[in-house]
Amino acid sequence: MEILKKYPKSIQWLFLLIVFFTLCNTIDIPEGYKFIRAQAEHIKDPNQVAYSFLGVEVRYYPYDTLWRLPPFIAWLPIWLNDSMDFLLNDWIPIEIYDAEIQEYETRPLILQITRIISASILFLIQAFREILIGGVETVVAFTSWDWIDANPWAELPGLPWTIVAAAAIILGYKLNGKGLAIFSAITMIYISVFGQWEPSMQTLSFVMVAAPISFLLGMVLGIWAYRRKRVEAILNPILNVMQTMPHYAYLVPIMVLFGIGDHAGAIATIIFATPPMVRLTLLGLRKVSPEVIEAGKMSGCNDFQLLFKVLIPTARRDILIGVNQVIMQCLAMAVIASFIGAKGLGWNLLLALNQLRIGLALEAGVCISLIAVLLDKMSLAWANKQTDYFANLTFFQRNKFGLFFVGSVILGLILAYVGSIMFKQGFNYFYEVPHNKGISTEAFWNAGVDWVWDTFFHSLKIFNTWLIVEVLQPMRAIYLRMPIVATFVLVMGAGYIIGGIRSALVVGGFTLFIALSPWWDRALVTAYMATFGVIVSVIIGTIVGSLCAQHNYSTKIIIAICDILQTFPSFVYLIPVMMLFGVTDTSVLIAVIIYATIPATRYTVEGLRSVPSALHDAGSMSGVTRLQRLFKIEYPLAFPHIMLGINQTVVFALFMVIIGAMIGTEDLGQYILKALSDAKGGGKGLILGLCVAFIGLAVDNLIRTWAEKRKKHLGIA
Amino acid sequence: MSSTPVIKCESVYKIFGANAGKMLQESNGNVDAKTFQESGCIVGVNNASFEVSEGEMLVVMGLSGSGKSTLLRCISKLTDATSGKIFIEGQDLSALKNKELIELRRNKMGMVFQSFALLPHKTVLENIAFPLQIKGINAKDCISKAMDMVKLVGLDGRENYFPRELSGGQQQRVGIARSLAVEPDIWFLDEPFSALDPLIRKEMQDEFLRLQGVLKKTIMFITHDFDEALKLADRIAIMKDGIIEQLDVPANIVLNPATEYVRKFTQEVPREKVLKIKSVMDPEDSSLELSELNVSKDAIIEEVAEKILSQDKPVPVIDSNKKTVGIVKPSKIIHTVFGARKEDS
Ligand SMILES: Nc1ncnc2c1ncn2[C@@H]1O[C@H](COP(=O)(O)OP(=O)(O)OP(=O)(O)O)[C@@H](O)[C@H]1O
Ligand SMILES: [Mg+2]
Repeated sequence: MEILKKYPKSIQWLFLLIVFFTLCNTIDIPEGYKFIRAQAEHIKDPNQVAYSFLGVEVRYYPYDTLWRLPPFIAWLPIWLNDSMDFLLNDWIPIEIYDAEIQEYETRPLILQITRIISASILFLIQAFREILIGGVETVVAFTSWDWIDANPWAELPGLPWTIVAAAAIILGYKLNGKGLAIFSAITMIYISVFGQWEPSMQTLSFVMVAAPISFLLGMVLGIWAYRRKRVEAILNPILNVMQTMPHYAYLVPIMVLFGIGDHAGAIATIIFATPPMVRLTLLGLRKVSPEVIEAGKMSGCNDFQLLFKVLIPTARRDILIGVNQVIMQCLAMAVIASFIGAKGLGWNLLLALNQLRIGLALEAGVCISLIAVLLDKMSLAWANKQTDYFANLTFFQRNKFGLFFVGSVILGLILAYVGSIMFKQGFNYFYEVPHNKGISTEAFWNAGVDWVWDTFFHSLKIFNTWLIVEVLQPMRAIYLRMPIVATFVLVMGAGYIIGGIRSALVVGGFTLFIALSPWWDRALVTAYMATFGVIVSVIIGTIVGSLCAQHNYSTKIIIAICDILQTFPSFVYLIPVMMLFGVTDTSVLIAVIIYATIPATRYTVEGLRSVPSALHDAGSMSGVTRLQRLFKIEYPLAFPHIMLGINQTVVFALFMVIIGAMIGTEDLGQYILKALSDAKGGGKGLILGLCVAFIGLAVDNLIRTWAEKRKKHLGIA
Repeated sequence: MSSTPVIKCESVYKIFGANAGKMLQESNGNVDAKTFQESGCIVGVNNASFEVSEGEMLVVMGLSGSGKSTLLRCISKLTDATSGKIFIEGQDLSALKNKELIELRRNKMGMVFQSFALLPHKTVLENIAFPLQIKGINAKDCISKAMDMVKLVGLDGRENYFPRELSGGQQQRVGIARSLAVEPDIWFLDEPFSALDPLIRKEMQDEFLRLQGVLKKTIMFITHDFDEALKLADRIAIMKDGIIEQLDVPANIVLNPATEYVRKFTQEVPREKVLKIKSVMDPEDSSLELSELNVSKDAIIEEVAEKILSQDKPVPVIDSNKKTVGIVKPSKIIHTVFGARKEDS
């Protein structure tokens, strides 16, 4: 190994590839190996062998260990599941007084805790929801069903949509002036006119509960990590895994622990939205200059004052960017959370997709996207807004937004009242446009889909078949043809060349985990789909990015487009693709490509634009042509940044591949999805999720190490 | 002057690095920066012992990285000294509890930072009122006190500006005002004027001298600028690699450098421009016949050299009360202005 280090990197890579391909060719596919479609545990086949570990029996087909490793951790998901069961159902029983049956009851501690959490989150969501669209359960929580039957006036009526819209417009104006106010107006009116008001407000109430909890949690953890190095060291890998774990993977354990419903969705969302908040809090606090902290200390601050009066206000912008991230994650999860019962737009979208009602799905998708873009713009504007000084303003100036709001509430109430008289027998459109009484464009879109199918069916089909037969299947076969030793040689060798022994071990460890799980073949399929997506995305992304980076104007436009596309929840991407390609692997891959091209493009543009202009001038002075400049100066310098973009591309692609399982693929994602409907699927879901996360983290490790070295080498670290 | 010194350091060491404490113990106080560096430790302050008495202004000088800020941070306990004792008005700093330290900072100490270190989310007035707020003084008193400070540093009319709306010089005035708001007895200034352009710097120095004339605080002042040091200092400390090479009155630093390093450091300083008459005057000698003229003891030599050289007889030196406190001979002036130069070349 040490001898190898003497040679230039290119020789090392060549050597690695030679070894890899030799291994691939010398190790034959063992007899009887087939890509196992059914799950090994369920069938009892005399060809299988079995072992027992921790009371769990694992059955599997033995192969040559050079070809596939035996699933030595196949017991882990089952064991995890059993432990979770035990914790939930048998561990530390305590006496609980049950008010309903007026008796003491024994209940395990964890179950009691999760029930309390569930109940309180559910209560919060319900409360917001009923303020927005009315209902009785909040009042019932304080009184009783009987009481509410006797006093029907106490039922919360919900706010007329005009008031909510006015509030959004005023807020938009306050945060960023006219433009945002107009956008708020468009969004709100769209939602209302298309009859999406109720599900939208359900989604909003969900975000309004999940986001603040994630925010608080993230902030507390961030501050804790800031103050204690050890906490950071522990938190960091956990956050890494949490951020690369596909969303589906959490769902089953959460379902097991908290049941099904809005609260479960909210908890899944919180788990996903908290890590970026922790990261940004930590980043913001780290950025506070040590002299400002010292100034605080010299002013006699105690720890508490230092934190709340110096550190947090100074790190305000990063913390608010964290809030933005949290909100975005919440909306991104809105669809996925509906898998475990969160109501709202996501639920509608999912339903529509399941019934293949593309038009309906599209409407809900546009709605979510509009809300996402609106909340994104609002929270960014808030983050970038400087604090203002109000001491010299008059009462009216200081409170004008509040006054406007009060005015609009009164106006909205009057309108709603007028409406109740005007629309005597139909629906009060000034109060709320009911879900299916709005304008619906479903027919139009469905006609569009039909038209597309009628017109392009042939060419689409030809393309589809060509892609599957000529590209995808061979690629898939190549991936599955890899003996396990060859894979290890490849990834660990790459790790060694890029980052030395340490990287090799880290990457090898990740791979080993997957190899010892029962889902190695599936992981290979996931990897092949992601690889295909990444390759195409990177090609498209770098070309588009390079072209757009040539002019200031196009740079701005492409970054803006990326910004907007990035705020769309990932599920939305599946809709148009399904419109065109139906339910096939191709659809998933195209969605993957569209989704993953965004970071590739963005990072290319950013990387190219960040090349210092002094270097441009130096280049121009030595008489290089534009093309030479691009290839000799800009690409080499921008390359590390572009690589980080590719890193993002990989994560995005993996996510999308897994989400794509929704419309049917046969990779890990499909299994995670299956686990969702399996009461005992919790452990399986988690381990499958870890497998996906580890693919992502292995790639992440390699690219990051490489980019950092390269940056240091170029002196731009 | 038998009262306890305001600041007193006894062999203070500050060494950065993982096993600094152990290394220091093993070295028995003989710290060599190079050997420490090889084992991964950086020497910040190396065996500093000195005292600063009440109302005195000690200026600390030295090249970048010589440990000036570190010394100041040890004394203000923003970092803990690795070993040695520091006394503030006779109180041992290391024995203070956290609460007492906070009290000490709230009431006794003020600090001005090189990069201003203003709170970006607070206005000028709020920044200045910040230490008062922290102390728990009610809002009205805070504001009126802070307003006084605003006036003191000449920022009235801008009290509602945010730091981002101020120039560097104005920001530093806010920093100065903030550090003065609690009326500290001890005032630390870490290169307070180095970010300013020469004109504003001179203005600020004059203002600083005026303030000190009124406030009479005990001051430790860091600067890179020898002119500034000579203009302000009662005594100057010169540091190199954490060691205080010499600590003395300005004239002695310039005229009698203790080490080769200090000599090099002061070599380029044009003496006549920076030395005051008092630093070259001789004691009064009644046997000598004096000139009709007199010069102030605080006059810069350059300004009065011509006047003195035009006389044959020694010129009496007077203080601000017109009392004669010494004499200065023309020959001494010649020696100061030209003599040292010849030695150098
Ligand atoms: N927190 C720290 N950790 C490690 N080393 C430090 C730390 N702070 C300062 N040092 C080192 O201690 C030495 C003295 O630093 P110090 O900041 O006191 O220098 P200085 O004289 O104030 O320089 P300047 O004039 O540039 O402000 C330097 O070598 C510096 O690298
Ligand atoms: Mg310094």
